[in-house]
Amino acid sequence: MEATTYNYKVVRQFAIMTVVWGIVGMLLGVILASQLIWPDLTFGIEWLSYGRLRPLHTNAVIFAFGGSAMFAVSYYIVQRTCQVRLWAEKLAAFTFWGWTLVIVLAAITLPLGYTSSKEYAELEWPIDLLITVVWVSYALVFFGTIVKRKTKHIYVSNWFFGAYILVIAILHLVNNAELPVTLTKSYSAYSGVQDAMVQWWYGHNAVGFFLTTAFLGMMYYFIPKQAGRPIYSYRLSVVHFWSLNFIYMWAGPHHLQYTALPDWAQSLGMVFSLMLLAPSWGGMMNGIMTMSGAWHKLRTDPILKFMVTALSFYGMSTFEGPMMSIKTVNALSHYTEWTVGHVHSGALGWVAMITIGSMYYLIPRLFGRESMYSTKLIEWHFWLSTIGVVLYIAALWIAGVAQGLMWRAANADGTLTYSFAQVINTMYPFYGIRLMGGAMFFSGMLIMAWNVWQTTRQGRVVNDAPIPQAVHA
Amino acid sequence: MSDFTSGFWPIYISIITLVSIIGTWIFLKKQTTRKLAPGEKAELMEHTWDGDLQDFNNPLPRWWLGLFYGTMVFSLVYLVLWPGLGSYSGVLGWTSKGEYEAEVKAAEAQFQPVYAGFMQQDIATVAADPNARAIGKNLFLTYCSQCHGSNAEGSRGFPNLTDNDWLYGGEPDTIKTTITNGRNGVMPAMGGVLGEAGTREVANYVMSLSGRKHDATLAAAGQTKFAENCAVCHMPDGTGMKALGSANLTDKVWLYGGSEATIIESITKGRNGVMPPMTQTLGTTSNQEAKLHLLAAYVYGLPQKQ
Repeated sequence: MEATTYNYKVVRQFAIMTVVWGIVGMLLGVILASQLIWPDLTFGIEWLSYGRLRPLHTNAVIFAFGGSAMFAVSYYIVQRTCQVRLWAEKLAAFTFWGWTLVIVLAAITLPLGYTSSKEYAELEWPIDLLITVVWVSYALVFFGTIVKRKTKHIYVSNWFFGAYILVIAILHLVNNAELPVTLTKSYSAYSGVQDAMVQWWYGHNAVGFFLTTAFLGMMYYFIPKQAGRPIYSYRLSVVHFWSLNFIYMWAGPHHLQYTALPDWAQSLGMVFSLMLLAPSWGGMMNGIMTMSGAWHKLRTDPILKFMVTALSFYGMSTFEGPMMSIKTVNALSHYTEWTVGHVHSGALGWVAMITIGSMYYLIPRLFGRESMYSTKLIEWHFWLSTIGVVLYIAALWIAGVAQGLMWRAANADGTLTYSFAQVINTMYPFYGIRLMGGAMFFSGMLIMAWNVWQTTRQGRVVNDAPIPQAVHA
Repeated sequence: MSDFTSGFWPIYISIITLVSIIGTWIFLKKQTTRKLAPGEKAELMEHTWDGDLQDFNNPLPRWWLGLFYGTMVFSLVYLVLWPGLGSYSGVLGWTSKGEYEAEVKAAEAQFQPVYAGFMQQDIATVAADPNARAIGKNLFLTYCSQCHGSNAEGSRGFPNLTDNDWLYGGEPDTIKTTITNGRNGVMPAMGGVLGEAGTREVANYVMSLSGRKHDATLAAAGQTKFAENCAVCHMPDGTGMKALGSANLTDKVWLYGGSEATIIESITKGRNGVMPPMTQTLGTTSNQEAKLHLLAAYVYGLPQKQ
């Protein structure tokens, strides 16, 4: 018998965990920012040291918070826009428990110091295998649902989800090719500069496909829904979808400017990063222009505020990125706090804010309510987040540029004007402002948790949203 | 060395790069539809999803197309001028190695006159020159402060350079040799030979040498063991040997610490102090000889300044 309802259970599980992991990941960020100011904050306990917590922070924010958000919205959107219940629901349930296990294992092994030492791919080989199994299951559920869809055309969000699921699978397998020596130790299959190139091909596309493509898919559903307006341009979505995914693949070498990587590869990384600007902005344009005819709603709707602000940060950081890939700019910006600021304008400004906005739309619907418990608290959350991000990235812009200029400053006799320690000393005020910004963003997440708790308490669990029988053309 | 293992790869890279850019260009051209007339509304696509999701079909924004084409033109021009297409070196003949070497050469030429005078003088004379000391201090802060500290007072395992106590000798030329070639201060692990009790005895004897509080019975027992196992390097009277860099155990200077526990640790596990050769640290930077000379003079002058 054909199912008459959508599966909301797995969506709800991932949505709640998005909030939980968001708080955990950002708390780690606040601790790390504090450690930069007070290095002895964690009493020299090795598994709470900066070097151990930093990969835990990035993994928690990208894969636990961002990953859970993506599972939740992709499962929700693919069902509703295909007008069918999820395919292979047991497998979908497995992806939740499997992914949660991956995160828990990360939270244990990274502080203990087990790492493959590849940025954003630190987890050791047994966990890599588990990720592979979960991800293949995810792909089966997602594409299986697409195959049995009732609608004729595939909705734009699903193109982006499809691309992200496929590419992340390839990236994960290629970059984590490694030779295990013990249960907790392995060696990369590549060596030297090839290893670096594979790592940054992975690293940049993790940003590209996990944090950009996937979240654009989120944007393409929740902005038109919340604004109540049709998407601005179907054609633009097609063109920027293909050009974004195609060109992103080439941009990795810009992480290795002025290194042992051959000059030709550095140049290609730079020019393809520049060509990435227009495709990236295509998504922003399509989102922003979708708002036309609904701008007045911004005044009263903090959820839309989150989404539009997210698009603004997306536009800003996808402009900044190509500029930073230019060799001469990179010579100044690389290895400085500027890079850290850039990443956070993307991670907090874009990824977190579009996710938060989408969760405020999604969570009440999963609990049989029209809206969140308190709109006023969403408004508070919005302003805390926005001011927090602005403080954060402005502090690190100044810090990063100052750092870059101080490193290269030379005296009349050719010696360096500033020692490394002097440059670090200059950073303290900016580290303070950054900590303040980060703490504001984090406190917003706590408000969200309270709001979500009140919403779910007064709602009822919806496992069975009915599937409309009439299928649109 | 060539970046490529065969002549095939540079051609492969050039072709896929150019095909990708030109292909993107053609794709954009093909997707460009006419601009909407003033007042004309974009058509609404016929599909609807999830109740109310629809899309207009506005043409691609013209400024956006301009931006896209602009970056492609820039890229093509860049790839003509700079290396990028496989082994093609670009019209400008630029390489990152060439740029670096040119910068070093320019620095060599620019700063050589500043340094030339100092190179004529011996280290002791240079050490007395305030201008040379200012340069030396900057060099020290850049290259040495990571281990020896900004004030050159060192820290555990890293010698204090201001106390006039020298492991390898404080003569100007010795200091320069130390800086230039580095040092490996190896104290072998003696725990296995001495045993736990023997180690404790020797430790107490060592403490007696500098007049530290110690257990006299243990120290007496340790004396022979010291003579048999340690005196070869540290000399029978414990004053050390500068040729080896073995520490003088009779003074109040302790590189790793002078408590009983730390001395026992040093004896049991040995120590391995490494001062890297600064020729390595300076890499291929300009005016290396002069920098070594000025650094040696600065370090030589440090105790005198105290």
